[in-house]
Amino acid sequence: MSSWIVTYLWLIPAVPLAASLVILMLANSRRTASAALAIFGQVVALTMAVAAFLPTLQTPGYRAFHNFTWFTFGEQTLRIGWVIDPLAAAMLVMITLVGLCIFVFSIGYMAKDKNFTRFFAYLSFFSAAMLGVVIANSLLLLFVCWELVGLASYLLIGFWIHKPSAAAAAKKAFITTRIGDIGFFLGILWLYGRSGTLLFYDHGNGCLENAGLLLVGASATFIALLIFCGAAGKSGQFPLHVWLPDAMEGPTPVSALIHAATMVAAGVFLVARVYPLFSLGAIDGVTPSLTVVVWIGVVTALMAALIALAQADIKRILAYSTVSQLGLMMVSLGVGGVAAGIMHLLAHGFFKALLFLGSGSVIHGCHEEQDIRNMGGLRRLMPVTFLTYAIGMMTLSGVPLFFSGAWTKEEILHATAHWPKSSVPYYLMLAGVVLTALYMTRQMIYVFFGDKRAASEHAHESPRVMTMPLIVLAVCAIVFSIALTPAWPWLHGYLSGEPAHFEIGQLIQPMLFLSLALVAGGIGLGVLFYRKAGATDPLAQAQPAIFRFLENKMWLDEFYARTVLAFAHFAARFSDVMDRYFWDSLVRALAGVGQLFGILSSHFDERGINSGVDGATTGARGLGRFIAARHSGQIQTYLRAAGVGALALLILYAWLA
Amino acid sequence: MSAAAFIVIAIFTLAGAIAAATMPRLIHAALSLVLAFIGIAAFYFLLGAEFVGLVQIFVYVGAVAVLIVFTILLTRRGQEDTRGFSWGGVVVAIAVFCGLVWAILHTRVSDAAPQIDPLTVKRIGEVLMTNYVWPLQCVGLLLTAALIGALILVAEEKR
Amino acid sequence: MTPTLTIFLILSAALFCIGLLAALSRRHAIFILIGIDLMLAAANVNFVAFWRFSPEPAQPTGVIVAIFSIAIAAAEAAVGLALVIAVYRHYRTTNVDKLNQLKG
Repeated sequence: MSSWIVTYLWLIPAVPLAASLVILMLANSRRTASAALAIFGQVVALTMAVAAFLPTLQTPGYRAFHNFTWFTFGEQTLRIGWVIDPLAAAMLVMITLVGLCIFVFSIGYMAKDKNFTRFFAYLSFFSAAMLGVVIANSLLLLFVCWELVGLASYLLIGFWIHKPSAAAAAKKAFITTRIGDIGFFLGILWLYGRSGTLLFYDHGNGCLENAGLLLVGASATFIALLIFCGAAGKSGQFPLHVWLPDAMEGPTPVSALIHAATMVAAGVFLVARVYPLFSLGAIDGVTPSLTVVVWIGVVTALMAALIALAQADIKRILAYSTVSQLGLMMVSLGVGGVAAGIMHLLAHGFFKALLFLGSGSVIHGCHEEQDIRNMGGLRRLMPVTFLTYAIGMMTLSGVPLFFSGAWTKEEILHATAHWPKSSVPYYLMLAGVVLTALYMTRQMIYVFFGDKRAASEHAHESPRVMTMPLIVLAVCAIVFSIALTPAWPWLHGYLSGEPAHFEIGQLIQPMLFLSLALVAGGIGLGVLFYRKAGATDPLAQAQPAIFRFLENKMWLDEFYARTVLAFAHFAARFSDVMDRYFWDSLVRALAGVGQLFGILSSHFDERGINSGVDGATTGARGLGRFIAARHSGQIQTYLRAAGVGALALLILYAWLA
Repeated sequence: MSAAAFIVIAIFTLAGAIAAATMPRLIHAALSLVLAFIGIAAFYFLLGAEFVGLVQIFVYVGAVAVLIVFTILLTRRGQEDTRGFSWGGVVVAIAVFCGLVWAILHTRVSDAAPQIDPLTVKRIGEVLMTNYVWPLQCVGLLLTAALIGALILVAEEKR
Repeated sequence: MTPTLTIFLILSAALFCIGLLAALSRRHAIFILIGIDLMLAAANVNFVAFWRFSPEPAQPTGVIVAIFSIAIAAAEAAVGLALVIAVYRHYRTTNVDKLNQLKG
């Protein structure tokens, strides 16, 4: 029964895509119809995702794929296909479920927007492209969908195109990710050149299976690093993370869908998908490419957590937190904890979507105010938002026992602690945990506690259509943890293909106390430090220099402007000067020679030939006047005459032959 | 080459071409033109020239059609209707068609398609780089000139 | 029955004449370009068809000519459309009936 499901797997992205196309054709006023269509498409996709998920539960390490020939090109055949395995199935369910919540939330959030239908068309399109990335069994198909995801995010970030900042952010996101994608594409070409196939799994001949890996051989390190470029671009890893915080210019549901739950996860997913390439020839679980992944992840995680401490925009804090969490996932993949990284990815999808939607609810309630320094005391005015946000915050900070984020974070710490190469990442990750708790506490205190400030005077709770998704996601964030605990590591076993056993004694591990201490330390420090926070940040008072450094995002944007952009400007100016002076003078010299000849021959003309021709012209002028009258200046008349002439020639020929 | 495929593609292509020539709205005509070009590419596939078919799709559908749509967008402002039509052209076109068909039917051609090996991209590349290397360079020059010329034509004059 | 060379030639003649019709009858400059593009494409179909039915198909001359022709058509379209834009800027119209500057 499983085989027919994999044959029809393409329907999962196809249904939202069809919904998107139909919505695009609807008139702008058909709001209800467009939202209903988008949500219907998402519900169908969710149902099918669950249907595809069920067979993967029956056997550990289940994998089914369906390949077919896309087209034949001379002697070469390009084959693509789709695959369903625990990794893809878990992602499918998470994306469709979170997507559904966000679609519903958008009805409330975008209620007053005049491009409501277009928004839902884009959302559906995005969802379709993302689902395509997940089910692809070919690096080529994955890349195509990957770029479609990029296009969708461009359209959605720049959705409020009338805002110059939104247009610039969309452009920045598109170009920055494209830099990574060039590397990705080169990696694909290289891989194809070595292994002759881009299929992941193909009865032992795919590029991730033994025969294919044998062909790839030693170049796997470079191919893996090139593919990682693409992953780093999409997942906002240092040094390509700069687009992600700017992408917050898009509507908040977009931030939740793209920049928290799904798209940025695509990079992590990609690394997990082509993991055999990364780990090829590993000694003790360490390869050069994986080491690069670890260090990039560590730098990203720590840097973003530090920057998040000094931001004032509620969504930007969450954006940097996302960057930081993605770094954490990359570290986990790099040290060999693939299952742990994907578990954190799934859990993060739920709770970060929750946080973003919660921030959207706050922004909506405070009449489009995004600066946390102008909020405060919202816990009484927006109780549902407050409660769900608190759950999200505790999940993100990793408060133990009841919240899913805590368990996955521990798995990652476990994996990092056992990395044979160095223990520095482990200690830096511990510092990251404290920082996460600290900046989330800061945000909570500013937004929900303390006295009312300017923007919270007239705040109101959001409508039901917005709070319901929040509640659903909050419940997910808690209930999900059942499958994650060490006492019953079901998801871990599911992803790595080993059966899980229930053992209550495993629940309490030494690591639990360590992380409890760290989280408590972070939150306690935050409460102590920000309790009486006023208009100026306490950190800014204590350490103004550090604060300014962090507030300006470590001046990375400025650094890029000084180096990369400056070089481009210089190259452009240099070519301009070359053009203007060097080539131009060359051309001028040539022209001078020509002119000289012209003058000489004109003199010869005037004196020698002119007089003889004069007589002939008077005759020609009379003829010319006659013909000129036939010339209306209408080219089509001329063309028609030419057609008639050609026909006349043909008839003449036929007559003679 | 199957007759059924041929008939389907022929109807598709001709319908697209007729729509491209007669649609009152420009943008509809441009989109129908894309259909006609795709149909023509399908003919190339049918004839065993996959490479030409792909080039046809890349160049005509990918570039020329997009250029046409851009031009339509750029020249739309303050434009009166685009419906103008004259029947004189139709008469001439039909007459030319009759003449051409007469000429084709009176020409003796070999109608049997010989068996051929698939024409590989490698072979095309070899021929292009040996026998046709000068024409290739000339086309490169022509394309460069066209690029520069188009830019100069379109560039806004400085005031 | 498999399609014969004659059928292909008649088809390309039909395409050519549809292009001619667009170039002759429409008043809008872009339609004229569309017509020209159709005519060029029809000629390419002829080249490829003649190659396929030639006694010596190992020599891909027809295909090569078609490829060159497509490249030239691309250049033609770029320059032609640039001309349309330039003309539009200058005269504020793209109706060829009003563009009678060829008249002496």
